[in-house]
Amino acid sequence: MIIFQIVAKMEVVNDRAAFLTNYEVYDVLNSIKASKTKSKGENQLATITYSTIKYLEDTPCKDQTADKITGFMTAVESFKLSKSEKLTILNLFPTTVLELHLMIEDCEERFNEEEEEKLLMIIAEHLETVKEEPTSD
Amino acid sequence: MFVLTEFKDTVQILPHKFKKKLNEAITNELNRKLANKVFYKVGLCIALHDITHISESFIVPGDGSSHTKVNFRFVVFRPFIDEVIVGRIRSCDSEGVHVTLGFFEDIIIKPENLKQNSIFNQAEQAWVWQYEGDDGNVSELYMDIGEPIRFRVCKEFFAEALIVNPSAKKDADEKKETTPYAPPYMLEGDIDATGLGLLSWWANV
Repeated sequence: MIIFQIVAKMEVVNDRAAFLTNYEVYDVLNSIKASKTKSKGENQLATITYSTIKYLEDTPCKDQTADKITGFMTAVESFKLSKSEKLTILNLFPTTVLELHLMIEDCEERFNEEEEEKLLMIIAEHLETVKEEPTSD
Repeated sequence: MFVLTEFKDTVQILPHKFKKKLNEAITNELNRKLANKVFYKVGLCIALHDITHISESFIVPGDGSSHTKVNFRFVVFRPFIDEVIVGRIRSCDSEGVHVTLGFFEDIIIKPENLKQNSIFNQAEQAWVWQYEGDDGNVSELYMDIGEPIRFRVCKEFFAEALIVNPSAKKDADEKKETTPYAPPYMLEGDIDATGLGLLSWWANV
């Protein structure tokens, strides 16, 4: 990975115009990879695209779809989670209460045990990948 | 982990690239300029997301290139403070545990941000969490290289840009040996909380 600073007149208009979920990044990078319009001097793009995709393939975003995410966002509306909390849940896909507590601020004060269980169920329902096991017979 | 950053820039297209479509040429140029590079106070640039506006192109005396003002959005790696991320242990030394995400390697968890009762094992070159269970037994949990680790981002650092004067390059080369390498963008992690640390520690909780 070659990193250096750019001394240029490039201007930053908004450094956080929007947050992206891992799925969105994965999607964009895959379409770049697929377009195959490689030209000279783009090897840095190829390098970073390859290594980022490699990292994201190990995360839950690999099996997400736009529909699943929309479904999840609608389903958790009543929990009044913050933007970054929803983002982290999408990126990390918590399956235990312990993990949930890491991702949601003051989780114990905001939700009782019942609600926590319900939230985990919603997460599992919308984000879990149904692994199609090959039927042996 | 990732954000969209809006930029404004003037893109120079060299004459030999005129046969390409303008937006294609601009896309290539922007990716060439930014991909896999750290932009000060912005983060690690990954890839162009979209071009939002292309103004008219102009030429300047004494230069055959076209210059075009464009507004565009770039995918940038810039985790927010307190974000929880999963990475892998790259190495351990007395300074702490170094974590990598593959595309980004400059993450360190300093000794004070490790679990309490963590010690550095010189012989094994690994940090060890001496975890005392409820029964009073102490188990030694090693932080081995390659293990997946969950951490919370607690600090970020951007190194100031070094403007290298080409004529002073010789001096710079000499200086390089004395000044230690400082990554342009660095994250500091924290694992001193329940649920943070090696994924295997919490697998059965």
